[in-house]
Amino acid sequence: MAEPGRVPGLDLDNVGRASWWQRGLFASQSAYVSLALVAVVIGMSLASQNFLTAGNISNVAQNFSFIAIATLGITLVIITGGIDLSVGSVMCFAAIISAMTMTALSDGSIAPWLITTVDGKPAAAVPGLIVALSILAGLAVSLVIGLANGFAIARLGLSPFVTTLGMLSIVRGLCYVVTNGRGSFPSGPDADLFYAITAGRVGPLPMSFVYLVGLAIVMAIVLHHTAWGRHVFALGGNEKAAELTGVPVGRVKIQVYVLSALAAGLNGIIVSGWLGSAPANMANSYELNIIAAAVIGGANLAGGIGGPLGAIVGCILLEVIRNGLVLAQVSSYWQQTLVGCIIVLAVLVDRLRTRGP
Amino acid sequence: MALLELSGISKSFGPIKALSDVDFAVGRGEIVGLMGDNGAGKSTMVKLIAGNFPPSAGRIVLDGEAVQFHRPVEAREKGIEVVYQDLAICNNLSAAANVFLGRELKRRVGPFRFLDHRAMTRRAAELFADLKSETRPGDLVHKMSGGQRQAVAIARTRLAAAKIVLMDEPTAAISIRQVSEVLDLIRRLRDQGIAVILISHRMPDVFSVCDRVVVLRRGRKVADKPIAHSTPEEVTALITGAKETA
Repeated sequence: MAEPGRVPGLDLDNVGRASWWQRGLFASQSAYVSLALVAVVIGMSLASQNFLTAGNISNVAQNFSFIAIATLGITLVIITGGIDLSVGSVMCFAAIISAMTMTALSDGSIAPWLITTVDGKPAAAVPGLIVALSILAGLAVSLVIGLANGFAIARLGLSPFVTTLGMLSIVRGLCYVVTNGRGSFPSGPDADLFYAITAGRVGPLPMSFVYLVGLAIVMAIVLHHTAWGRHVFALGGNEKAAELTGVPVGRVKIQVYVLSALAAGLNGIIVSGWLGSAPANMANSYELNIIAAAVIGGANLAGGIGGPLGAIVGCILLEVIRNGLVLAQVSSYWQQTLVGCIIVLAVLVDRLRTRGP
Repeated sequence: MALLELSGISKSFGPIKALSDVDFAVGRGEIVGLMGDNGAGKSTMVKLIAGNFPPSAGRIVLDGEAVQFHRPVEAREKGIEVVYQDLAICNNLSAAANVFLGRELKRRVGPFRFLDHRAMTRRAAELFADLKSETRPGDLVHKMSGGQRQAVAIARTRLAAAKIVLMDEPTAAISIRQVSEVLDLIRRLRDQGIAVILISHRMPDVFSVCDRVVVLRRGRKVADKPIAHSTPEEVTALITGAKETA
C-alpha cells in the first residue's frame, strides 16, 4: 500500500516538497495578516498601558463582532468570485423588522394570545416565544433578500456588483419606508430577554463573540470538509469547469447569497440589541468595512480564496487599529485613511509574496 | 451494432449552420479520429455528444437507446466522459480535488456527510500512477505543468465505468514523452472495450492510434474511412478542401 500522496514506482527526485511556510495555512494571506495583528497588538500595548486591560479587550471583542458575523457571510460570496454590497442595508432592515415584530407582538396588535397580564402588567404568555418569533421575522426578511440577490445573479445572469448595489438602495429605502424614517426599538415584556441574548455576556465573553466563534467553526468545517464547501471554492476557481464537471453552480450561488444575507441579518439584530434600538440609518456604509475586513483577512475578490479565520482576523485588525488610535488620542478622522492604507498594504504584501521565488 | 450512433445531425446557431446532416458512429473498443480545420464543426460535434446542448435536428442513439442531453452531467451519467481542450480545471484546488470535482467521495458521520479526503487522495494517486504521471494528489493545480494538468483531466474519465471517452486535443499542450503516454493510455482504454473519439490536429497522433478517421469540412462530413485505407496526405487534402470527398 502506497502512502497517500506518493505515486508508487515513480521517482520524483527533481521535484521537492514545498517548505512548510509555503504550504497550507502558512502560505495564506491570513497567516501574514495574523502576524501583522500580533505585531500591532504588541506595539499598541507598549504605546498605551490601557490597551491590554481586561475592560479594553472585552470592548474590542464586542466591537469587532459588530461586523464579524456579516464578514463570515460575505466571505462565502467572495470565495465564489461574487460580491454582496447589500449587507449593511440588510443588517439594518433585519434589525428593524425584528424590533417592529417584537413591538407588535407585545402590544397585542398581532397575535394577542401571546400576551397575558400578570399583576396588572403585560407579560409573555410563553416565555421567549416573542423573542424567537421576532428574531425569526428579521431572519426571514434577510432570507428573502438573499434569495432575490441569488436569483437575479444565478438565474437571470445579472452582475453581482450591480444587483447588490441595487439591493443596497432598495433595502435601505425600505428601512425608511417601514419606520417613516425614525427607526424602531425592541420593547415589550420580552425585551430584557432580547437584550440578554444579543448584548449580554457569557462569563467574560460578549454574546456576539460566542455566536461568532460558533459560526466560524461551523463554516471552517463546511468549507473544508463537505462537498458543498469544495463547490464554493470551485466556483471561484473556474466557474465553467465547475459547471462542466457537474457542480450545481446556480444552486450553490443562490445559497451563498442567502447565507450572506442571513449572516448580515443576524449581525444586524445583535447590533440592535447592543445599541438598544434599530435606527433607519443603522449600519450605514458598513458594507465597505465588511468587505475591507474580508479582503484584509485574505479573501480574494477574484474568487477562489478565503476563509473564516481570515475574516475574523481582518475584523480584529480593523478594530484594534481603530481602538489603538482612540487610546493614542489620534483624531478619529485619520481612521478611515489608515484603514484604506491597510487594505492596499495587505493585498500588496500578498502580491509580492506570491510573485517572489 | 454501434455503441453511439448519430444520424442526420444538424446544429444551427442563429444564421450559422455549424453541422449539416452529419452521420457518425463509433463502436465498442474503437478509436475514431475526428479531424477538420477550425470552424469545420469539430467542437460542435464534441459538445453535442458531451451533452452541452441538443442538436437542432437528427437523433443520437447510445447503446440502442435514443438520448437527448441538455447538460453535460446527463451525458456523463450515461457513460460519456470528456477531456475538454481547456481541461476544465480549477487552479485553486488540489489535483485530487479536481479529479473528484462534482462527484466527491463522502463518508457519513451521524446525519452529516463529510469529504473522504484520504480515500480521494489514495484513488487519485492510483490513477496518476496508472497514467505514469508525476502528479501528486495534494498539490495545487495552479503550480503544475501542462502534462500534469492533462493527467488530472484524463484521470477524471477513469473514475466511473465510461463507455465513451471524448478527447478534445489531448496532446496539444504536453511534452513529447507525455504524448506517447497519452496515446498509450488511449490504446489501453480501447483494450478495455471503451470507445474513444479523438479530436486532434496532429496527424501523427491520429494515424498512430485511430482505427478510423472522420473528416469534417464546413459542417459536413467529407470522409469516414478506416485509417489503413487512408494516408496523412489524403486527410490533409480533405481537411483543406483540395480533395472534395473520399
